[in-house]
Order: sequence, then structure tokens, then C-alpha cells
Amino acid sequence: MSAVVAEHDDHHDHGPAKGLLRWVITTNHKDIGTLYLLFALAMFFVGGAMAMVIRAELFEPGMQFVNPQFFNSMTTMHALVMVFGAVMPAFVGLANWMIPMMIGAPDMALPRMNNMSFWMLVAGVLLLASTLFMEGGAPASGWTLYPPLVLQTGKALPFAIFSVHLLGISSIMGAINIIATIFNMRAPGMTLMKMPMFVWTWLITAFLLIAIMPVFAGAVTMLLTDKFFHTSFFDAAGGGDPVLYQHIFWFFGHPEVYVMILPTFGVASTIIPVFARKPLFGYSSMVYATASIAFLSFIVWAHHMFTVGMPIAGELYFMYATMLIAIPTGVKVFNWTATMWKGSMTFETPMLFSIAFVVLFTMGGFTGLMMSVAPVDFQYHDTYFIVAHFHYTLVPASVFILMAAGYFWLPKWTGHMYDERIGRLHFWLSVVSVNILFFPQHFLGLAGMPRRIPDYAVQFADWNMISSIGGFIFGASQLLFLYIVIDTIKGGTGEKVTDEVWEDAAKHSLEWTLPSPPPYHSFTTPPTVIPTEHI
Amino acid sequence: MKKTKQLFAGLILMAFGLGTAQAEYTLNLMKGVTKVSNDIYDLHMLILWVCIFIGIGVFGTMFYSIYHHRKSRGHKAAQFHENTTVEIIWTIIPTLILIGMAIPATKAMMELDDVQESEMSIKVTGHQWKWEYEYLDNGIHFFSSLDEASNKVRQVGSGLDPRSVPNYLLNVDKPLVIPTKKKIRFVFTSADVIHSWWVPDLGWKKDTNPGFINESWTSVDEPGTYRGQCTELCGKDHGFMPIVVIAMNEPDYNAWVEKQKAAVAAEAGSASKQWATEELVAKGKSVYETNCSSCHMADGAGLAGTFPAIKASKVVTGDINAQVKLMLDGKGMMPAFGKMLSPVDFAAVVTYTRNGLGNSVGDSIQPSAIQTLQSATPAAGKNE
Repeated sequence: MSAVVAEHDDHHDHGPAKGLLRWVITTNHKDIGTLYLLFALAMFFVGGAMAMVIRAELFEPGMQFVNPQFFNSMTTMHALVMVFGAVMPAFVGLANWMIPMMIGAPDMALPRMNNMSFWMLVAGVLLLASTLFMEGGAPASGWTLYPPLVLQTGKALPFAIFSVHLLGISSIMGAINIIATIFNMRAPGMTLMKMPMFVWTWLITAFLLIAIMPVFAGAVTMLLTDKFFHTSFFDAAGGGDPVLYQHIFWFFGHPEVYVMILPTFGVASTIIPVFARKPLFGYSSMVYATASIAFLSFIVWAHHMFTVGMPIAGELYFMYATMLIAIPTGVKVFNWTATMWKGSMTFETPMLFSIAFVVLFTMGGFTGLMMSVAPVDFQYHDTYFIVAHFHYTLVPASVFILMAAGYFWLPKWTGHMYDERIGRLHFWLSVVSVNILFFPQHFLGLAGMPRRIPDYAVQFADWNMISSIGGFIFGASQLLFLYIVIDTIKGGTGEKVTDEVWEDAAKHSLEWTLPSPPPYHSFTTPPTVIPTEHI
Repeated sequence: MKKTKQLFAGLILMAFGLGTAQAEYTLNLMKGVTKVSNDIYDLHMLILWVCIFIGIGVFGTMFYSIYHHRKSRGHKAAQFHENTTVEIIWTIIPTLILIGMAIPATKAMMELDDVQESEMSIKVTGHQWKWEYEYLDNGIHFFSSLDEASNKVRQVGSGLDPRSVPNYLLNVDKPLVIPTKKKIRFVFTSADVIHSWWVPDLGWKKDTNPGFINESWTSVDEPGTYRGQCTELCGKDHGFMPIVVIAMNEPDYNAWVEKQKAAVAAEAGSASKQWATEELVAKGKSVYETNCSSCHMADGAGLAGTFPAIKASKVVTGDINAQVKLMLDGKGMMPAFGKMLSPVDFAAVVTYTRNGLGNSVGDSIQPSAIQTLQSATPAAGKNE
């Protein structure tokens, strides 16, 4: 700390380095946040292009464009790129930008490690992408990488595993940085129970990441030794068990999906009060609900494996534990509704995306509740019903909230206002098409269509075609977002935004007390007044 | 436009909710044909209605608020932000609903799990990419693969219309036949990777794990044909290993069993006769298409980097005994065909690969020779 302070005394107005090298060597939380966000946006389009390949092949029955092996690579890579390349980095980008500004700090606690974790992410994702061009193709065993199937991967296997290691280290470093920042760099007077919800949800998420990424790294390392060093962790012939991998994977995997949803909750809890012009309803119950969800996420993993052949006691325990998640999640949804209740609402693009998030995430929650019931999951499991379920909790939830966050904070970040008309057009196209895309998949799953198949029986043809059409519209609509981001950076509507940007936003959180765009080092002197509108 | 009309009709049905449409579109879970599947269906409907009910409440409140409490209507924001009573209420009510759901769910789960007192057992083994069925009580044993008509159409760029094939991708060469009104225990395992055996009408799916045994059971009341698919990603042709179960009443089933036994005897006879090379090549072509073409491709070109080509292969054009040995024992991803193919089919496909698919070695091997080798190999033993 003292070193940072000393530096500030020496060169007062110092800004970014000049030229392109600025982006390589930067240790500034805003620069790194921008890098994360732009990288995530690029990967969103790469992963999206893979989804377009999948939906094109599924447009009609019969095999038209790709062979089944490549199709499986596409489903696998689509998931890995979207999870590890798009959604997670996007939230780390938001954390980088917003946490120091929200807690009244000048920067992140560990700026050099911050730079390193970004570039390891890039290395990891590029390594993963390079497997597409290897002999035998990219991994095609699904993002869960279940053995023994994953061990049939061609030359790509060790590269994919090393890429997972890199991504894991990058995530852990990001998480350590966030925890260190939140615990050490809050402005005087900002107690834990006065922190904005976004900061709270990220604090909890960071602990989840530290707990689970080593588990995943361990699981894939066991795959590596099984394949190349004659161990048999997952091979019954040598005394191992392929189901053991699934237990380890989902011990990572279930908290992992909450890593993608908890910061989503945080952003929603940030945006909704601003546009309802009301404090967040039940701040402390929101904090406790988030912590409960995080805790439960560690003890429900085998609900991903109801049909794997567990003893009845296991089936029942995991069913009951999973059902419990509905309670804190319900509290959150009720609290958001109560926040809107008797507010004075306006519906700018960030609010539109946030409301769509509450509604559509809740629909994903309902199907999640349905699947928690173990005997019924013997029908739902591994069908398009689950595909619909987790896409509802990821696309119109996490991705919509990322869009909302973009619209909400872009004016702060750039000092320019985005074009509200195009923003709303983007919202309406997205919200309609995302439902055309994913809602019919519930019907397909219930009617008996398994997931991860490149071709299907003809009775599934109509809904697949509708779903694909929705997919193409959704994919194309996102180009509007890309346009808006570029346009806003270049000057947007030309309207000069105020420090607050949104009416009375400064009552909710500290970032709105800074100029738009904020100075290179956010708070060089700690703020003295802590906003409390949100609690 | 028929298509547009259908689409439109579908959207209207969607608006009516899940339960109403049965005729042309299947929108809802099927009830199935067993007691378990019906219980599961009832449970599914119960939870669905609970969700719809809660959804109407929550979304109704939200949209009422969105309509009335907006700035443009001049609504002034209230400033309340806490109410412990309300928080407790909306924690307790969901808890009670969950308990109400957990009770019937527990009952259904116990029922699903209870394989006791079964009257017969069938062993199901998953293979990349076909199913193996073994009737543990009477020794009937066979493999079940995607039917030939679907297989032709599903090749990439075949240009053939899937709608021209009855039960496209849901039909097999040899279906599983079971008797009605009997409690049948299934045991599941796998020869390679994890698969999952699912027939929606029976109400459940079960994973097949290599090296481990899983159990499940069914009892079907009505004769009929029930179709399903593999539901655990198992590699390239995961989408192409369907399941067909035919339930027959007792007399029909017994007749079927007798027919299978007679076929096994006939097969044994034909294995001991002397076959001409042309006969073997002709038979081998269809054996190849069912068992080999999904990896080595219909034209024998293989898939670079993963599956070797048959055409001009060193193994296939080399010593015939070496090729037979490799096929008997398997190697890497290549399954051990010693226990999968009958002596006749085995000899036929060996001969076909050496004299077809662009190869012309000219030699052949007799089913009788294969039979000797199969009974000598420890991996073999379950000849049909």
C-alpha cells in the first residue's frame, strides 16, 4: 500500500503508457477490465459461430453439412468457449472495472498478477482453439470430458488438458485478486454489510472459484495420467471407476455453474433499484441467500448423475438437497419483485434486460426444480429438456445481464451515451428470438429427443426448425450489440453524460460519484461519504 | 403452405399450454406403458402445475407493478426496503411446497429402484455403436444395430429424404423382444465407453458403465413396439444406436424364443459347411456395412487420424491370420469382434475386406476355421 501511495506522490497525473504496448504491459484495473470484456465479447462471437453450425445441422433431419464427429467437437467447443472464454472472463472484466470503483479504491490489490491472469486466459483459450486444427480433431466428448470417451480424443487431448490448467490458474489468480481487493481496499466506513451487492456476489464467487478450480485441474490431470502414464483412476480393468470422474467433475461443475450465475444476481441487484428509484428490497437477506446458494452448490453435485446407478440413499439425499436450492433462489426472485413494487420505474435498455433476466431465469429455475425430482429426472436426463433448462439460466440470464451491464456502465466507462433506440431494438430482437430458440427445446426433450445428437427422428423436425430460426435471429441480433459498443466508444450519440449518468445513481453506489469517464486511477483519496441507498 | 399452417398451429397450441396438444405434436412427456412411467408422468404434471401456479403469481405481481408503478404514469417511488415478516413467509411457503413434492417423489424413487422379485433377466451391453442383448434365462443372445434404410439416409450429404424411411433413426435390425405382464430385470454394462439405455415409454434411462453393473426393471402390460435411443454421448455415432423393444403376450413370446433357438441351430450348421469366396464376399458386404462402416467408412477410406483405411491397408493386404487375430482380439478403439460376430459373418467380412473395397488379395477364410479360433481365444466363447 505504501508503495502505491508513494508512486502517486511522485507523478501525479500519470496516465496509460503510449501505443499498443500499453495493452500488453498494463497493470491498470480499467485497462485489464477492458481487455477481459473485449476478449469475452470476441469469444462470445466465436462460441456463437459454433452454435450456428450446430443449429444449421439441426435445421432439418438428415446430415447436411458436417460429419458427426465434427458435430460433437462443435457442441464440446461451443460449451468450453462460452463458459471459459466468454461468460467467466466477462464477469472478471466487470469485477476489474467495477469493484475498485464501487469500494472506493484506486486499483486492484495485485495489479501485476491481474495482468498475468488475463494473458494466461488468452493463452489457454488459444491453446484450446488450436485443437480444432489437430489430427483427430478437437475434443468431442462434451465439455464434461467424461472418460472413457474423452480418452479416445486424438492428438488434442493433452493440449486441451493443459489449456484447462491454464484457464484454472488464470481463474484462481483472478479470484485471489478480487478477495484481496475486497478485504483490504475498501474505503473507510464501507463495512462488509454496506458493500454493493455486485461486490458481495463476486466475493462469494471468488471463494467458489478457489475451492473448485483445483478440483477440476486434478480431475483432468488424472485423465492425463490414465491416458499417458498407465494409471487407472477411471478404468475398471485396473481397479478404477469411470463414475469417480463424474463425481469429481460435478463437484467442480455444479459450483462452476453458480460462478456464472452469482455475479449475474449481483448485477441485477445493482441495476433494478436504480431504475425502480427505490432501495434494493431485503439487502441482508440477499447476501445470506447468495451465501446459502454458494454453500448448497457444494453438496448437490450428483443430481447431474441420477441415472448413473447410485444407491437409493444417494438418489434421495441429492434430490432433497437439490430441492433446497429453490428456497434461497426464490427469496432472490421475490426480493427483486418487491424492489420493483411501488417503485417509479423507467425502462431504459439495462432495465429491460434485467427484467427479462428475472422472468426468464425464473423459468430456468422452474425446469431446474422439475429436474431436481430424481424419478422424473430419469425421463428428463440428457434430453433437450436439460438443454433448454441450462440455456435459460445462461443465455437470457447470464448473457442478458452482461448485456445489461454493458448498457448500464458503458456511459460511465466511455463518457459517451449509447443510442437508446438501437439498444431497445437489440433488446426486443434478443428477447423474442431467445425464446423462439430455446422454448421449443422443452417440447423436444419431453417428446424424447436426446441431447448431443447430430440428426434426429422426423417427428422432432418442426420444433428443431423453429428453434434454429430463433437461433439465427438471435445470433444476427448480437451484431447490433457489437455495433453499439463500437459506436459508443467512438462517441455514441454525442450527448455529454453526467457523472451520475442515471437519475440519482450516486445514491446507490460510489462509481457514479466519479467523473465519466473516470480517472485512470479511480479513487486516489478514499471517498468520505458511503452511499447507503442500496441497503 | 402446409408447413406454415403446421407452424402456426404449433404456436397456438404452445399458447394453450403444455398439456393440451396430443394429436400431431408431442409437447408433453409421454405417459408410457408401465406403472412406473405413469407415476413419473403424474409427478411431472404435479410439479409442472406447481411451477405454473407460482409463475403466474410472481410474474403477475411483477407485470402489475411494471404497468402501474412506472414513472411515466407519475408513480412516486415508495422507500420501503425491508420487511422481516414477508421474508419469513416467502421462505416458509416454498419449504412447505417442497416437502409436499418430496413425499410422492420419494415413493416413486423407491418403486423405480426396487428390482426384487423379477421373473426374468436381460443383460444389456452398450457398444460403440450398437446394443447387445443377452437373455440370462434362456441363453438367447444377439446384437441390435441401426436399420439399414436409416443408415443409408443418415450418411453426410446422402441427399436421401429421411421422411421416406419409416421410423427414421428409431429402427433396428433386431429388436429386443419381451413378454408382457412380467417383471423383467435389466442389468446394464458396457464394452467400451458409457452409454445410456432409454425407452421413454418405460419411464426411465440407465447408464451402462464399463466394468460395472447397473440394474433396473420394467413390466409392460400392453403388447406393442416401443422405441428409444442412447442418451449418453458415446462418440461419433451416438445419435445412431436406437433401441426397439417389442412387448408380446406370453404365447407369441414363447414362439419367438423357439424361433431364435432354431436360428442358432441353423447358424451352427452353416458354419461347418464349405463356403465359396464369392459367397463370402457377397455376405461380407452387408456384415461390413452393419459393423465396420461407421468407423472405416462405407468405401473403406477410414477417417484420417482416427480410423485407419481398409483400402490398401497393410493389415488387410498382409497375412490373413494376422488380420483375423487383430479382429478377434481388438486393438485400441477397435472392438474385439471375436465375441460379436458369428463364425460365418466373421469369415465373410474378412474375405470381403480382402477382396472388396478396392483390395484384391484373392484369398479367403472358412467359417469353420474361425470357429476353431474363436473357441481357442479366451475372449471368445459366446458364439451364437
